[in-house]
Amino acid sequence: MSDTFEPKIVAFLCNWCSYRAADLAGTSRIKYEPNVRIIRVMCSGRVDPTFVLKAFSLGADGVMIAGCHPGECHYLEQNYKAMRRYYMLRHTLRSMGMEDDRLRLQWASAAEGVQLAAAINEMIEQVRALGPLNWSANWHENGRRLEALGRLAQEHAEAMEVPA
Amino acid sequence: MAEKVGVYICHCGSNIAGMVDVEGLARWAGANLEDVTVARDYKFMCSSLGQELIEEDIKKEGLTRVVVGACSPHLHEKTFRKACANAGLNPYLMQMASLREQISWVSSDKDKATEKAKALISGAVRRVIEQEELFASEAPVNPNTLVVGGGVTGIQAALELADAGYHVYLVEREPSIGGHMAQFDKTFPTLDCSACILTPKMSDVGQHESITLLSYAEVEEVTGYVGNFHARIRKRARSVKEADCTGCGVCIEKCPKKVIDDVFEAGLGYRKAIYRPFPQAVPKYPVIDREACTYYLKGTCKACEKFCPTNAIDFEQQDSFLDLDVGNVILATGFDMFDSTRLPQYGYGRLANVFSNLEFERMCNAAGPTDGKVVLRDGVTTPESIAIVHCVGSRDKKHNPYCSAVCCMAALKFGHLAIEKTGAQVYSFYIDMRTPHKNYEEFYDRLLAEGMQFVRGRVAEVTDAARLPGEEGKLIVQSEDTLAGRQRRTPVDMVVLMGALEPRHDARETALKFGISCSMNGWFTERHPKLDPVATMTDGVFIAGVCQGPKDIPDSVAQGAAAAARVMAMITKGTVLIEPVVATIHEENCSGCRICNNLCPYNAITFLEDKGVSYVNAALCKGCGTCVAACPAQAISGAHFSNEQIFSEIEGLLYDAISGNGAGHKVEPAGVPA
Repeated sequence: MSDTFEPKIVAFLCNWCSYRAADLAGTSRIKYEPNVRIIRVMCSGRVDPTFVLKAFSLGADGVMIAGCHPGECHYLEQNYKAMRRYYMLRHTLRSMGMEDDRLRLQWASAAEGVQLAAAINEMIEQVRALGPLNWSANWHENGRRLEALGRLAQEHAEAMEVPA
Repeated sequence: MAEKVGVYICHCGSNIAGMVDVEGLARWAGANLEDVTVARDYKFMCSSLGQELIEEDIKKEGLTRVVVGACSPHLHEKTFRKACANAGLNPYLMQMASLREQISWVSSDKDKATEKAKALISGAVRRVIEQEELFASEAPVNPNTLVVGGGVTGIQAALELADAGYHVYLVEREPSIGGHMAQFDKTFPTLDCSACILTPKMSDVGQHESITLLSYAEVEEVTGYVGNFHARIRKRARSVKEADCTGCGVCIEKCPKKVIDDVFEAGLGYRKAIYRPFPQAVPKYPVIDREACTYYLKGTCKACEKFCPTNAIDFEQQDSFLDLDVGNVILATGFDMFDSTRLPQYGYGRLANVFSNLEFERMCNAAGPTDGKVVLRDGVTTPESIAIVHCVGSRDKKHNPYCSAVCCMAALKFGHLAIEKTGAQVYSFYIDMRTPHKNYEEFYDRLLAEGMQFVRGRVAEVTDAARLPGEEGKLIVQSEDTLAGRQRRTPVDMVVLMGALEPRHDARETALKFGISCSMNGWFTERHPKLDPVATMTDGVFIAGVCQGPKDIPDSVAQGAAAAARVMAMITKGTVLIEPVVATIHEENCSGCRICNNLCPYNAITFLEDKGVSYVNAALCKGCGTCVAACPAQAISGAHFSNEQIFSEIEGLLYDAISGNGAGHKVEPAGVPA
C-alpha cells in the first residue's frame, strides 16, 4: 500500500433521508473527502446485494448503504429489509475474506448532513487504512468465482426474505 | 442504434465553477465518454437561456439522451425534464449529476473535485443510456381537504378553503378548537384581546356549511397518494350525543365533581368532570372525562343525565370511526410547552411562586382562574416585584438549541400586563432581545419607557435561600449581568419562566403516519426552507404553523393561508401527474414463490391464484423497489431504477478503476463478468 492510495467508495443513498442529508451537507458547506461517489435509489430497500458485489467487482474499495433511521423510513419499514440484507451480505463477504469495514450501513435522516459527512470521512479513513481491495484484478483470474458468489448471495437472499 | 447523449455542465455562477474545472470537464466528457455527441458548459443551466441550449441541441443534433451536471435533482430535475419535454424528448431520458451539493460545496481541492466530477458525469452518462421512456399518469384530485389541528393555523387554513367553496374536514384532538391562542389573554404587540379576535373565527368554523368539524378526534391511519388520500378518523366518545345536545350547559352546572384543569387552565383552575374547556368553545357540546366522572368510577351519580333537558347524555357511547376521502392534507398540529421542571435550578414545581408562561397567561386572562388578577400562589397577595426569565429550555444545548421566536415578545407583553395590573417592578433576564417584526421593536421601546428593567444575562438559579438583608421571604434570582460585568442577586416576589416551544411529543409518529420527515429537533421538514415552506417531500401533504418551527401568530396565520392556497391550486387544476416510478412483475419470469408478497408495506402485491404468479397494483405501489431487489428470478423490474440502470451507473462511476486511466490505482481488467 502506497501513501497516496485514495480509496473509491460507492454509496447508495435513499432518496428521502440520506440523499437529502447529502444535499444538506452541500448546502451547509460541510467538507468531506472526495472519495465517495453517490448513487441515488428510492429506498435503501432497493439495494440489491448484487449492486454491492458489482461495485466491489468493478473496483470499489468500499461500499456504503445509507437510509432513513429505523422507524422513520419513507416507505414505512423497508430500511429494515435493507438491514437484514446488510447483515447477510456482511456475513457472505466475511466468509470470503473481506474486511468488515469495507461495507457500511449508515442511517442518516434528512437533517443529518453533518453526521453523514462525518460517517463518509470515517469510512474513507478506515478503508484507506485497509488498502486497495483489487477485486477486479483478482476476480479477472477466475470469473466463475464471481458467478458463484452471485449465486451464493441470491441463495442467502432467499433464505433471509422471510416475513417480518 | 447508438444513443446520442448531450452533456451539459453548469457553472452555477462560481458555485460549481469555483471548485470544478467545468470547461475541462465538458471537454473531457465530449472526448472520452462513449455516445456523447454534445458536451457544453454554461453559466446557469437552469436559466431560460440554458434550457434553450438543451432544447435546441435536442432538435438540431437529434439528441436521444440528456445529462445535466448541476445541482441536486431535488432542486432542478423538474426544470430539465420540462426542457426535454418541450423539445419532444421523453423527460425520463434526462439524468442529473449533483456536481454542486456532492462536489463543489463539499470539497476543498480543485483537482480532486474535478476528478470526482468526471466520475459522476461518467456514471450519469452510462445510466442515462439505459433509461427508458416513461409516461406519468394523470389522477383526479379529490376536492375535499383534511386539516389536522384546530389552532389558529388550522382554523385559518380551513376557512380559506371553505370560503373558496371547497369542503374541509377539520380534525382536532381536544374537545374544542382554538388551540393555544384561545388560552392567551392579550396578543403582542397590539395588545388586542386574544379571544376577541379568535372566537369569531372559531364560530365561523362551527357554522360553516363547507366545514365538517371533528373535535375530540384523531387521525388513525392515512393511505393513498396525492389527490386520493383515505383517512380513518377516530372520534372519541364524548358521552354526549351531538345531535341532541343544545349546549345549554345545565349538565356542567349540576355536575358535582371538580377536577384540576391542567390542559386549558394550565393547572391553575378547576373544571367539572363534564366540561367545555372554555365558555366560547366550538363545538359547544361538552365532554365527559371518564377518568374523573363519578359514574364511571363508582357507578352512581348520573346528575348530568337527570338534568339534561334533551336526553343527550349517553354513558354507553363508544369511539366511532369515520373513513374520509380527501385530495390533500394540511398538518397544523402546533407545539407542546416546555416542561420547566426539567430545569430544577429554576425551582418550578418546588418553589411556589415560580410560574410557567402559560400559568401567567391564564392568570392575566379576565376569564381565567384568578379573574385576571396577577397574584402569588396563595391566590390573594399581589406581587411587588416580578422576574421574567427568558430562554427556559431554548437556546440551551442541553435541551433545545433553537430560539423559540416568540418568548421575547411574550415577555414584553407580560411586563406590560404586570405593570398595568400590579404596578410591580418587573425585571427581564434575557440573552438577546429579539424583536424582528413590524411594530415589535417599538413595543420594546414602549416597555423601556414604562419602566421594565432589562438585565442581559442568563439566570443561573432561582432560590429561596436568603443570604443578604432584604432577601428574606423572597425568591432570589441569581444571574450574571453581562453588560455591567458582574453577578446579580435580585430578590423578587414572583418568577415567570418563558418556557420553550417544543414539537408535539408525538410529532414523529404523526410524521410517519403522513409520510413526511422531521428535523433533528422534531419540527416537520418543509420541501424547501425558503422557497417552498409549506409543502413537504410528500406530494399532497402540507404543513403550516408552529409544527414546522417556532413562529408567532401572524406567521402561523400566513402559513395556514399559504397552505390553503397551495391546496386550492391543486383542486382547481383538478388532476395531478403520478410519477411512473413503480414496480412491474413479468409474469413469464415469475415462479410464484411469493417472497415479494410480504415485503410490500402497502399491500400492493397480490398473488393471482389462477395464474400462479404475483401482480403489482400500480396505483398502490410507491416505487421503493424493495421487491425488485428481493426477487430471486429477477422477474420484477423497477421503472427508472432498474438493475441495468444501476449497474451501468456503478460502471460509469468506477470508470477510472476499471480502465486504469485517471487517478485510479487499478490496472486491468476489461473482461469483468457482469
